[in-house]
Amino acid sequence: MVGVGQFDIDLFLRILPDLAFGAFVTLELTSLSILFGLIIGSIAGLARVSKNRIFFGISTLYVEIIRGTPLLVQILIIYFGLPAIGINLRPEPAGIIALSVCSGAYIAEIVRAGIQSVPLGQMEAARSLGMSYLQSMRYIIFPQAFRNILPALGNEFIALLKDSSLLSVISIVELTRVGRQIVNTTFNAWTPFLGVALFYLMMTIPLSRLVTYSQKRIGTYEMK
Amino acid sequence: MKKVMVVAVVLILSLAFLGCAQQEQPKTTPKPTATPEKKFDLVTKGVLTVGSDIAYPPFEYTDEKTGKYTGFDVDLMTEIAKRLGLEVKFVNTAWDGIIPGLMAKKYDVICSAMTITEERAKQVDFSNPYFEAKQVILTSASDTSIKGVNDLNGKKVAVQQGTTGDFAAQKLVEKGIKLEIIRFEGTPEALLAIQKGDADAAIIDNFVAYLAAKKDPKTYRVVDDPEFPPEYYGIAVHKDNKGLLKAINEVLEEMKKDGTYDQIYEKWFGKG
Repeated sequence: MVGVGQFDIDLFLRILPDLAFGAFVTLELTSLSILFGLIIGSIAGLARVSKNRIFFGISTLYVEIIRGTPLLVQILIIYFGLPAIGINLRPEPAGIIALSVCSGAYIAEIVRAGIQSVPLGQMEAARSLGMSYLQSMRYIIFPQAFRNILPALGNEFIALLKDSSLLSVISIVELTRVGRQIVNTTFNAWTPFLGVALFYLMMTIPLSRLVTYSQKRIGTYEMK
Repeated sequence: MKKVMVVAVVLILSLAFLGCAQQEQPKTTPKPTATPEKKFDLVTKGVLTVGSDIAYPPFEYTDEKTGKYTGFDVDLMTEIAKRLGLEVKFVNTAWDGIIPGLMAKKYDVICSAMTITEERAKQVDFSNPYFEAKQVILTSASDTSIKGVNDLNGKKVAVQQGTTGDFAAQKLVEKGIKLEIIRFEGTPEALLAIQKGDADAAIIDNFVAYLAAKKDPKTYRVVDDPEFPPEYYGIAVHKDNKGLLKAINEVLEEMKKDGTYDQIYEKWFGKG
């Protein structure tokens, strides 16, 4: 009898292809969601620093609602709840929408904080040089803001990759779900879950390295 | 300042007394007449801790009005614990991981409408069967195309992951019926998937299916196919705990003989 706490090397080798498949699905869902999240987040982030009351109001409401509710609840509402008002989504689109909308709110805050971290004097200086508001944003504020945004954005990527495991509740077979299915048939918990953790690390560690590297490339002030 | 000190001292003292009173309480509660705890190990002394996935009416579910756990299994285990001279405590556990949980001694037994299977019996011991069930197909009331397992070809079938419904669906796939299995963590979600239209049918235990169809005849329809063999539910016990297994089997036998089992059965399923 194989106990729960026993590492079974044969089982580990046997489940590697299944775990790799799960990891692929996880990566696919996360990349798509990050892409949409970046689009939503950039727009909402700009709206958050906007002087236009309507833009500011809508984006603030969005960020507050999403940040104030658990992602799991958002997933359940989008998949099981929305059919009540006639929006019936298949699991994958529902999952990607939930992740995109959620990461969008966090990215909006990252963008807002990044822009606001640039000293006000920079904008004033740009404007007094004769640049328009948009020009100052484009050439002076954004390049500086981006340096502050990048590390936080990297963390958000990693957080979303891990949070995608919540999608298993709406029957999406991603990495964590693959592990749980194996536990269900083998009754060995230690080996599959260790494998699952390993695969997550194989995705998150290169990601965090990449963030550190790009931060070094464009993040430091150039010394003359 | 002095007043504040006095108040603080009084508060602390009264708290201390309260603490004493609470500590003394267990001593005054009468011990159960029988002391069978010595015959077997329990996770918590004097308490039979039962692991159960409490989202499976009519076997185990949370009563909407009282908020308490109820169902056939709950009544059964409560009676068994009573006869063993123990208190009963239910631990609401996710179905997947329920067996590893027993093996890791998070609870003493599993009573969760669990079918005795060969695979499971390799990991845990089962009591004598306490219930006979079988798998049926639950489908949408408006969908009349499904009349038996062969009609599931090309259909999407929702199951609760790791249940005998899941295994039965896998068996159909092995037999060449091309159906897509959609796995959910709980049976309620699998039933919702039919309502949503993401699944054409579900394969689940008959009593659960009939209850759903009875409650919501506009949504669900049950299809019984002789392809599915009878299944027997058992109470799962850790393999190290033969004493507890023996005691449970004795009590079950006793309950079947003196009519208590039939009483509980009739309460939930009517007269057979």
